[in-house]
Amino acid sequence: MGAYATYVLAGYGVDPLLAGLLLMPVFFAFGLAVYQFYYTTFEGRGSDQGLRGIAFFFGVAFIVQVGLILAFGVDQRFVEADYIGTSIEFGEMRLPQRMLVAFGVALALTTTLALYLSRTFTGRAIKAVAQDEGALRLMGANPVRIKRWAFGIATATCALAGALLIIVGPVDPNLDRLYIGRTFCVVVLAGLGSMSGTLVAGLILGVAESIVLSTAGTAWAPAVAFGILLLVLGVRPAGLFGR
Amino acid sequence: MASLLEVKDLSKKFGGFTALDGVSVDVAKGERFGLIGPNGSGKTTLINCVSGVLDNDGGRIVFGGEEISRLPAYQRTRRGIARSFQIPRPFTSMSVLENLVVPLEYVVHRGSLHIADTGAEAMQILRGIGLADKADTPSNQLSQVELRKLELSRAMAARPQLLISDEAMAGLSANEVSEVLEILFKLNADGITVIMIEHVMQAVMKFSQRVICLDAGKIICEGTPASIVQNPDVQRAYLGA
Amino acid sequence: MKRFLVGAAVVLALAATLPALLKLEYYYVLGYTVLQFIIMATAWNILGGFAGYVNFGSGAFFAVGAYTAVSLYKWLELSLGLQILAGAAAAGLLGLGVGLLTLRLRGIFFSIATIAITIILETVVLNWTYVGGAKGLPILRPTAIPLFENYTQWLFFVMAAIAVVAIAAARYIQSSWFGRGLRAIRDNEGAAECSGVPTLKLKLVAATISGSLMGAAGAPYAMLGSFIEPNSAFSLNHAVNALAMPIIGGTAHWIGPVIGAVLLGSVQQIVTVTVSSEMNVLVVGVLLVVFVVAAPEGILGLVKRWRASSK
Repeated sequence: MGAYATYVLAGYGVDPLLAGLLLMPVFFAFGLAVYQFYYTTFEGRGSDQGLRGIAFFFGVAFIVQVGLILAFGVDQRFVEADYIGTSIEFGEMRLPQRMLVAFGVALALTTTLALYLSRTFTGRAIKAVAQDEGALRLMGANPVRIKRWAFGIATATCALAGALLIIVGPVDPNLDRLYIGRTFCVVVLAGLGSMSGTLVAGLILGVAESIVLSTAGTAWAPAVAFGILLLVLGVRPAGLFGR
Repeated sequence: MASLLEVKDLSKKFGGFTALDGVSVDVAKGERFGLIGPNGSGKTTLINCVSGVLDNDGGRIVFGGEEISRLPAYQRTRRGIARSFQIPRPFTSMSVLENLVVPLEYVVHRGSLHIADTGAEAMQILRGIGLADKADTPSNQLSQVELRKLELSRAMAARPQLLISDEAMAGLSANEVSEVLEILFKLNADGITVIMIEHVMQAVMKFSQRVICLDAGKIICEGTPASIVQNPDVQRAYLGA
Repeated sequence: MKRFLVGAAVVLALAATLPALLKLEYYYVLGYTVLQFIIMATAWNILGGFAGYVNFGSGAFFAVGAYTAVSLYKWLELSLGLQILAGAAAAGLLGLGVGLLTLRLRGIFFSIATIAITIILETVVLNWTYVGGAKGLPILRPTAIPLFENYTQWLFFVMAAIAVVAIAAARYIQSSWFGRGLRAIRDNEGAAECSGVPTLKLKLVAATISGSLMGAAGAPYAMLGSFIEPNSAFSLNHAVNALAMPIIGGTAHWIGPVIGAVLLGSVQQIVTVTVSSEMNVLVVGVLLVVFVVAAPEGILGLVKRWRASSK
């Protein structure tokens, strides 16, 4: 959705990176609303709440995908900007500028989040909620608000990520399946709860995919992320840096 | 008296936090054993390690002469260790009766038995504990004290040799505490070894023959209820230095 | 039990005699599709509804059944019955494998792994030229048709038989100690384990049974259209349908998935014919979300409440 929203704004002449940044607060609010709805509807009594919650998000994801297909068609969409299409030369290597932009922004975002999670009260509360909700409540923080806030941040980050995605390359509605794999792979490989780990894991995945792409061809590339994911789940589910 | 449960030098860490630090204790067969300690001292962690919900990092657990440290929880239950949970965990989609049928089918009568037979057995347990009239009530519609009784009776249904009661009386009125205490006394009279974790001090004092006190993952005191209460370390642990 | 056996016999007899009355092939394709939905939904519910472990990759199990059947048919010209058994076995093994990998961990990891296995297996098949790869493989139906005039009618009857087996399995599990153990796992896995339930073993058995039934549903697939290709075999629609139908119908009883399959299958047919095939999948997604939010116990739950209030 972030990618497509960026696409729409770019159609109005907004620079895609700026669009991504502008979209973040919008998506943040959206994320808060979604989590609030999720919480009031699903968390609480009953034994199959977990099932319902997961099914809900799955259904929503499916609806979004089909909705995007109906709205935009299955063709790929792309945006244009000054830094797309040009490269910087370093001796023998040519680095595409749009990749550098994406890399820079991603690095900045990850660092900001890592600092936020470790230095601010809300950030540390987010980490604490995963560890011990009861204790957190005793310390005066409302776990529900914290989780909702975290969900909002996550959604906002997705908006920016979507913008970066469409900057780096064309997108189509079927992309979500591929990126679900990559996302889960990076998160599981890094270990739940490790921000810095995601950088390392992302790098590992990127390198692995490139290797597979050049040796085995494009046909095998989608399986790399999921393959690594299953490997990690089997061998060391806590991930590289997980608790 | 022979030792039913021997905990030898048990340790358990959660990341950087040491929950149990070399805990050793023996519980004799038929004993009424009390376990006290301030919040966060490691009582429930100890119980979780003994019952198999958690894996201990170091040390050994021996039950009835057999080393059980590597066994999964359900096999420890089948060997005779049963426990109730601090916050009751009923099988919410089942009635009170059906909740008891689960351990009956999976521990006592592993093999082939129809619910008709186990139903009668479950009813008998419910009668003994005072929940017989609630047999068909969905377990997510019970009051607090009824839930505690369900927890205990489900543990009892597994016909354990050792029953661990984890803060079954928290938040109950004085009458309700007496009710639960009576049930535990009766079980012990029938030969079941009982470990009671409690904050409700009069219950622990009345019930236990021997008490240990945990603080920050270590045993700081062991003895009769009377001596424990007067121990300065115990008082410091509960009231602060 | 006797009632069920009589019912099953009636269903099979109907399936066998119908071809003598109805000649239009379309009805049999439609019936086949609905039966396929019934099997997939029932199979999904054994692990998802009874035990609470959500499978997002039903397509993988379906396709494993289909491609196992196709490759064995191409290699050894196995009969349909053996193809189905082989497909079920392969998909059952897959269920066991994914289970061994992830059922020790929190439930969400199992769900993620089912998505992973769909993409990985689809990628494998895309690169496997023996079964046609991305282009697909045309299949020649066998010339000898048992019992019926038309091979499609035979396929319809076979699916009816598989559906009876699937429902019988679900029914047995539901009312047995095994089903009670699964429900205990779903309600509170920790308490179940401490009540003597061997949670990992039960989950693995449920995953294997669920997977193998899905594989059985997929095995005759290539024969239906005389063609197989990865996009439709691994389609996300299988996953969504297998999940939505039990949730909409009701997960607590074996008849829930059947209700969901018949209803949703009919709705999908109507929408496809009247509006478009993209809208058809959108309808499923919307209904899923609506039911999950408003009617969590599905149609069965609504019926229960309506009966209780009219007393």
